[in-house]
Amino acid sequence: MRVAFSEAVLKKCNTNDWFFLTGDLGFMAFEEIQSTFGSRFVNAGVAEQNMVSVAAGLARESIRVIVYSIAPFCYARPFEQIRNDICMNNLPVCLVGNGGGYAYGHMGPTHHALEDCASMNSLGVRVLVPAFDDDLPSLLDQIDGPTYLRLGYDHRPPGQSVPVYAPWREIMPGNYGTIAALGPIAGIAWQALCDLDVDKRPSVWAVCEFNDSNIPDKFFRQVEDRPLYVLEEHVTQGGLGMNLAFSLFARKLVVSRFIHRPALGYPTGRIGSQSFHRSQCGLDFSSVRSMITG
Amino acid sequence: MNDPFTRLLRKTKLRLLQLHREANCGHIGGNFSCIDSLMTLHHLVMRPDDRFVLSKGHAAGALYVTLWSLGQLSDTDLKTFIADNTLLPGHPSGKGIPGLIFNTGSLGHGPSLAAGLALAARHKGLTHQIFCLCSDGEWQEGSCWEALIFSVHWRLENLTLLIDQNGLQGFGRTIDIISCDDLTPRITAFGADVQKVNGHDPQAIAECLKRPGIGLPRVIILETVKGHGLPFEHRLESHYLPFSEADYQAACETIEEDIL
Repeated sequence: MRVAFSEAVLKKCNTNDWFFLTGDLGFMAFEEIQSTFGSRFVNAGVAEQNMVSVAAGLARESIRVIVYSIAPFCYARPFEQIRNDICMNNLPVCLVGNGGGYAYGHMGPTHHALEDCASMNSLGVRVLVPAFDDDLPSLLDQIDGPTYLRLGYDHRPPGQSVPVYAPWREIMPGNYGTIAALGPIAGIAWQALCDLDVDKRPSVWAVCEFNDSNIPDKFFRQVEDRPLYVLEEHVTQGGLGMNLAFSLFARKLVVSRFIHRPALGYPTGRIGSQSFHRSQCGLDFSSVRSMITG
Repeated sequence: MNDPFTRLLRKTKLRLLQLHREANCGHIGGNFSCIDSLMTLHHLVMRPDDRFVLSKGHAAGALYVTLWSLGQLSDTDLKTFIADNTLLPGHPSGKGIPGLIFNTGSLGHGPSLAAGLALAARHKGLTHQIFCLCSDGEWQEGSCWEALIFSVHWRLENLTLLIDQNGLQGFGRTIDIISCDDLTPRITAFGADVQKVNGHDPQAIAECLKRPGIGLPRVIILETVKGHGLPFEHRLESHYLPFSEADYQAACETIEEDIL
């Protein structure tokens, strides 16, 4: 998704009122942004606290700013700078965390981002978790306040086109319950189940934003008294499942079964690829398929 | 010295004493170590479009009375200091008050915020200056050094960091806590344009700040005394504790004697 992000930035943000700050990351991905943006591209070095506050200073002068790093270095290291300098002033800074969830796999837990959405949600940051490359241009069009953009991988089935961006989208119909999947995990569910008969598979919804008001009525009609599966590469606390349960509870809606598959951390204490960790959490293709087919 | 600025400075110091006494608010020492430089900066140096960031947010009282001395805050405003429903909390909220750009109070944020403002000014081709006042203890925050490295690298010549070097912090002397009582050599080593000046001498401060730059961010080390001019100056108690009535009266008398 990093290349698609780079293309979207060039397409949507290449105006004089945008800056791009990176924490010394972007080799073989952002060279064109660097050359195109010129002095508006700033490699702020390995100093994320400073980078975020500099972004706040720029944004205070009516400049929109993208701040890019590997996800945990983007939201966890400079947490207080995000809270005090960006959020308390409601500034248009888009924090872009590459490698949400276990995406940096073998690089180890310091590079994983399992609680990023909850952390940013707790500050009132608008959290965006694109499911597909195509989502990025429309998301970058919407940056008008504190925003966290979690980048992952586009896992759509080969050759498929995706519906136009919406915070909640039904990307595959089905009559055997409903899957709500956070960001790229929606593509995994889609790919894992698309060959099943429509009556033997659940519908799959790609969820890219957490805000309760974004949830369409159609989703609630689908899930009432039927099985609901929530898949997310994010811890339970403050994640999609917890938020969605709150939304259902507030509407006095009951589902027949609530199956939640979150990120479980490191249950064996071993580290591996993103696929390895997804498998441990039941979030890989085969686990999702067997969750439905038994 | 009895020129108009000196008289205004004394009057403002008395207002600062009153402000803290009425609110029963501490942090008096750190306010009186920087009130001279704050007043000098705002009255004798800054132009209308210049920006100021109070990184040592615990000196909010000194900033509020400085804005009062400029006519930007009224006595009615000051009466709300650290009261309910106020725009004047113990550390600036950055909202609703002219001249306050950011909420500060957690140390180590100001230099980076100011660097962002300086970068924005350069990008827009604007000539205003950015000033940021820090404490000396604040430079134990790593983010200050991140900001310094960044500002020197980008040669932010429109940025001036002032450091109120009073040598006392929350629970001791800086020399005892980090073996450093003068930041000058350390900051000089990072490549900034560093000057050291008596932080209680308005004329010297103004001359220092008006000196033409050399294409680098400037750092002005203000040699100061915590609680300067008060009966309990240079005492650790002045960092946190509010005045007793006796201390308040004695402090007022000290400043009033100076006026006479």
